[in-house]
Amino acid sequence: MFTFCTDPASLPDWQWMACYLTTGKHMSLYWSVGTVLLLLAITAPTALLFGFGGASAARAGFAPLRWFGKTYIAIVRGVPDIAFFLFFVIALDQMFEYIRHRILCPDWTEAVRQGNDFVVCAAAKLPLGNAPQWVHEVYGFATAVLTFAIVFGAFAANVLYGAMRAVPSAQLETAAAYGMNQRQTFWRILVPQMWVYALPGLSNLWMVLIKATPLLFLLGVEDIVYWARELGGSKTPRFTDYPHGDWRMWYFLALLVFYLAFTKLSEVVLDRLMARLTHGQATAAGEAQRKAA
Amino acid sequence: MSCAQTIMDYGLRSVGIGERLLPRADFTLCQQFTLIGSGMLWNIYFGVIALAAGFFFATALAVGKASPNPLIRKPSEWFIFIFRGSPLFIQFFFGYFCFLSLKQVSPIFDPLSAAWAGALVVLFFNTSAYSAEIFYGALQSIPKGDTEAADAYGMSGWPRFKRIIWPTMLRLAWPAYTNEAIFLFHSTTLVFFSGFPAWQQRGDALYYANYFADKTFNPFVPYPILAMYFILLTLVIIGIFGIINKKLNRHLPQTARPKMKLMPQIIR
Repeated sequence: MFTFCTDPASLPDWQWMACYLTTGKHMSLYWSVGTVLLLLAITAPTALLFGFGGASAARAGFAPLRWFGKTYIAIVRGVPDIAFFLFFVIALDQMFEYIRHRILCPDWTEAVRQGNDFVVCAAAKLPLGNAPQWVHEVYGFATAVLTFAIVFGAFAANVLYGAMRAVPSAQLETAAAYGMNQRQTFWRILVPQMWVYALPGLSNLWMVLIKATPLLFLLGVEDIVYWARELGGSKTPRFTDYPHGDWRMWYFLALLVFYLAFTKLSEVVLDRLMARLTHGQATAAGEAQRKAA
Repeated sequence: MSCAQTIMDYGLRSVGIGERLLPRADFTLCQQFTLIGSGMLWNIYFGVIALAAGFFFATALAVGKASPNPLIRKPSEWFIFIFRGSPLFIQFFFGYFCFLSLKQVSPIFDPLSAAWAGALVVLFFNTSAYSAEIFYGALQSIPKGDTEAADAYGMSGWPRFKRIIWPTMLRLAWPAYTNEAIFLFHSTTLVFFSGFPAWQQRGDALYYANYFADKTFNPFVPYPILAMYFILLTLVIIGIFGIINKKLNRHLPQTARPKMKLMPQIIR
């Protein structure tokens, strides 16, 4: 990185550190922070969408849809989320391959599940065996995002379901009295009003989502935990220009501080957002704001 | 091999009693049920001890955070912030590598690099911080009349805390604390997926479920079994905490007692 980095062994401490922290592998570590942020940026809206679907399903008039929505919410809350992560990553992968297998290889006669093997025809493999490396990485990342969205979608559904029920029923009755049908009441009255009730729960969920991002490591994505373990392990002079002892503790300390800073920042931003949204609302917080002003 | 034999062999496998070798091929449903159930022993061990010990530390932290003296308040605030603001997964990793370094300082720290002690310490700190925040919130919402009445009776210091503040705090915090307990038991599954090694393949329920899923490449059997065990555990926790909740509120009239919700809103 820097011009003075040609012979690290002879450098004074601070220069050595500067060179060490800008090696190619460290750059990968910094990039993986980007992976985490990308995951958050994609997952949060997707999970919200899943949650909205789940919450709407849970209050649907059609009974099987309602049962589906309620089961979706209930099951995810009763079981450790990490079990879901480990489950969905394989389950989704096998489901995709199975569907492709049925479509692409209709004349395949052998069973897909043979003892301990899951066998699909070569054309149905995901990603294809001859695909370049980046396709594998993107596919792995996409399954991870989908898994996160399913699990956090259930949490979000729980929050939104509560928020929908918190909207005063007088509002909905008024809408009915004006002759709006179910669909109109839902989209024009219920949905715009529910956000202020949902926001405390959703901001809590955002915090939980941030704190769940290290689990990406378990899904096989090369994220910050992966790199911290990789880079922190002791290095001998034979393999690297920058030998050091076991520094994994310090790497994880840095991750700890990164997450603390990130949660603190989100907290501040969310508080501001909440203050803006409650402005002029007929809730206790809105009333308090009015009195303070 | 009959199912009773399998239970004899693997029922206590997670604590090192019984057959040493894990099944390697031809996995039966019975084996999966038994081993995953045996792993639950670890989840219960971590959860119960961390919760029981954390309860007292959390009370101390909550009182500390509510204290007017900054020398007590600031450390409590920071402790709670650090453990609530960072992912438990990272805490486990940091804890494990930290304990590894401590091991080189003195052999006293040896047990801490094993899961049974090290992970327990991390879980203990973590649940203390979360519970302390719940208790602190409850402390803040103790009705003013209660403490004023205590003052009027001439109570102060320890008797005032023990007889008035503490029971009221517990009563108010209980529904949220139940939720925290459920999530603590859920987070015990992270132990063997962070740095802590499963010595001689003695792992928790998720460790075995993952073992079966890896070997059979079929996630649709072991994970639902694990889910069933955890839903049962959750129901047991709700049952026990519900009984305590009843006891805490027994002086209130029937209608004023807060009901325990099966699916609380707040999540960790």
